[in-house]
Amino acid sequence: MEITVQTVVFYFLAFFIVLTSILTVTTQRIVRSATYLLFTLFATAGIYFLLGYSFLGSVQMAVYAGGIMILYVFSILLTRASGDNVERIKCSKLIAVLASVIVGAGIVLFILLTHGFISFADSSVTEIPVQVIGEHLISTGRNGYLLPFEVISVFLLACIIAALLIARKEEDKK
Amino acid sequence: MISIESYLIISTIMMFAGIYGFLTRHNVLAMLISIELMLNATDINFAVFNRMLYPEGQEGYFFALFSIAMSAAETAVAIAIMIHIYRHIRSIQVEKLNKMKW
Repeated sequence: MEITVQTVVFYFLAFFIVLTSILTVTTQRIVRSATYLLFTLFATAGIYFLLGYSFLGSVQMAVYAGGIMILYVFSILLTRASGDNVERIKCSKLIAVLASVIVGAGIVLFILLTHGFISFADSSVTEIPVQVIGEHLISTGRNGYLLPFEVISVFLLACIIAALLIARKEEDKK
Repeated sequence: MISIESYLIISTIMMFAGIYGFLTRHNVLAMLISIELMLNATDINFAVFNRMLYPEGQEGYFFALFSIAMSAAETAVAIAIMIHIYRHIRSIQVEKLNKMKW
């Protein structure tokens, strides 16, 4: 197996993703947890770039790493309370969770490695042009995604209204 | 040439890290961060299956794209709910969120 730039980048990203996603769930401070999540999301965008999906990687960076992380950091700072850092969990529960997670991961990895996927892709990365993506998004034909596109836009509008309604100050009730 | 299994191993580890975090955390925001990890792992799977198994179609690509939009909306509403809860009981630890239980 020859070593190419692609392989080196892939193994770097793989190591980085595994490390940061485990640190995300094991670190005690929640701000650090959010920071490790940010690194995981960036490395995921790197995986998309490696697969040749540049537009998807850019969306991942803009929406996840840009938008969602800002929301997380603001809400962490807004809901800071004493006792947030100490998260004690019962030893028996921890053992049960660890055992079920390791057994589940083992089963999934076993199925995955013994399944034998037939891969068609060659190593040459072919990029989908943005024009094709746009035409798919607004076409109603066989490969068209107009209906999900419209549903998502209405859904986002509903979410904006819901978030404003939930998080607004209640002055007249008290 | 990177095999499809190596991509899927990464997403499996990310998924189960998310499940571990969801089951062990006490802070609601930390649980939401774990849910983001799980959603991210499924997005990787969509993109990898599309690229490696059906490179002539674009279904997985658009599934991942719509999934990112959905998770952005879900996060916004969940965080609005948490800030609202925090205004009421000054805490977002799951042990104290038992007002609507009985």
